[in-house]
Amino acid sequence: MSELSGDNPDELVFLRTADAYRNVQMVELPKGDWAFSMMRQYLFDALEMVRAGRLMSSLYRPLAEVASKIRPEELYHYRHTSNWIKRLGLGTKESNRRSQAALDVLWPAAAQLFVRTPENDVLIEAHYLPSALELERDWERLVVPFLETAGLRIPVGDPPVTASRDHHTPHLAELLADLQEVARLDLGAAW
Amino acid sequence: MSEGKKSTQHTIAPEKVWEALQGVKDPEIPVVSVVEMGIVRDVSVSGDQVMVKITPTFSGCPALHVIKADIEASILRLGADNVNVETVLFPPWSSDWISEEARRQLKAFGLAPPPTHGGRLEITFYNVAAYPYCDAADTVIKNTFGPTLCRAIYYCNNCQQPFEQFKAL
Repeated sequence: MSELSGDNPDELVFLRTADAYRNVQMVELPKGDWAFSMMRQYLFDALEMVRAGRLMSSLYRPLAEVASKIRPEELYHYRHTSNWIKRLGLGTKESNRRSQAALDVLWPAAAQLFVRTPENDVLIEAHYLPSALELERDWERLVVPFLETAGLRIPVGDPPVTASRDHHTPHLAELLADLQEVARLDLGAAW
Repeated sequence: MSEGKKSTQHTIAPEKVWEALQGVKDPEIPVVSVVEMGIVRDVSVSGDQVMVKITPTFSGCPALHVIKADIEASILRLGADNVNVETVLFPPWSSDWISEEARRQLKAFGLAPPPTHGGRLEITFYNVAAYPYCDAADTVIKNTFGPTLCRAIYYCNNCQQPFEQFKAL
């Protein structure tokens, strides 16, 4: 990434403040209980897997080739978390209750994964990247039936998160403070 | 052997290179060679330069650096003047490329070999790994990630022992 932008990698990692990050809010949220962590990871792994699948037919050859390496491996991440969601959803009353509570929070948050990013329009039109709509359809076709077999209800009613990726929760600044603290103590240090 | 001095052009036959590479073992699984694992994709010789193309197995596998260095060293020992080991990502490595002999070696080593999948990786998720020591399929997967990226952790109910399976990819 730093080769493409010309930025110093250490600066990107250790000096960027929250406002310079582009990510969905779902990944900023605190880890919660095990069900929450697994549910968040599951929904994200499902997206990574369908996206890698779509990228295999990208017209940008280097991307298609890398995707053909990544896609089979994503299957293992998906297997790991989907196994956990099944165990938790079909486990005890307690594990089902916690999994449902996690899904109730994360389902509207996951909507933000499919918010259109206008800066990618050119790449999408060139068939270098899949559209948000394609990804959303692939993702729903995968996760909805699966969650139902795991004994969970797809939440309805809560408004989806539609913010663009430069809007963050206060959690991101806290996370970055933790992650960047040591480097910032002495910026000139050689590690 | 004192061959390989810069003043003499020393061309090595590709067959000799392949033979030497049979001696380069997977650092994590020292009973199988990088050739048997399907890691070495191509060998070519041009004048005094030997070129080897390798493909990484699992992304981020830390053994790749060691494999590259070991390949270079083994070819230099043959007397080659120049060795170039190139990593190619495409086509991506498939566990179907692991030879039959290597599968036997893996099993003898105590590592359940990966099921073949013919390009449809999803079907392997219905595969039940057999415990290499009792061959019973009365096993259950405990974790899709093990001590290395390439291994999953299983448990044999018959023997009440955990074991690892080399993952299909």
